[in-house]
Amino acid sequence: MNFDHLLLGFVTALVALCFLCLYRGWRGPTVADRMVAIDILGILVVGVCPLWAIYTRRGFLIDIALAWVLLSFIGTLALAKYLGGQQFDE
Amino acid sequence: MNDYIGVTVICVGVVFDLFGCIGLVRLPDVYNRLQAATKCVSLGTCGIMFGTFLMEGFSALGVKALVAIPLIFVTAPTAAHALARGAHISGVSLWKKSVCDEYEKEGKQVGRGKPVI
Repeated sequence: MNFDHLLLGFVTALVALCFLCLYRGWRGPTVADRMVAIDILGILVVGVCPLWAIYTRRGFLIDIALAWVLLSFIGTLALAKYLGGQQFDE
Repeated sequence: MNDYIGVTVICVGVVFDLFGCIGLVRLPDVYNRLQAATKCVSLGTCGIMFGTFLMEGFSALGVKALVAIPLIFVTAPTAAHALARGAHISGVSLWKKSVCDEYEKEGKQVGRGKPVI
């Protein structure tokens, strides 16, 4: 059984959800809303990566997902500390 | 057979992602959005990773997808907690119908000023 069309549909749905996140990042009334939107956008892109790796049979895309998880975590943590009034080295 | 189970798990993950993003767009304030979005989207992405592992088996791609699951489950709630704390300290107000504010009761938060817009 060939699942290519189904996987392409899943990727399309996740990209559409990324646009919902971008909408919240555009309209968000506070900085915290925008940061939540970018954090969720990162996790959605991490979900796109393995599906695209199965679809195109390119295994290195999952490495991008792993790196993206860690970098998104570090970035969000640093910006959250900055939002809480602390410096980056505290 | 594993392919069918894997595609089903991936489908459930995408549906969880959909619910999380609807919550992110529709809910009223930043704390509600953070809760809905982080829970649903991290579970949905872990579902996608587990479905990838079921479809690929113990190849390089499948094992790396399996490694990504605990990574997401550790990092996403930590980042969400730090974001909620930072938002509360920086003075983002709750929704007017919210009933409980434990941070405010503790009274230990410092630096509550104008919200950062």
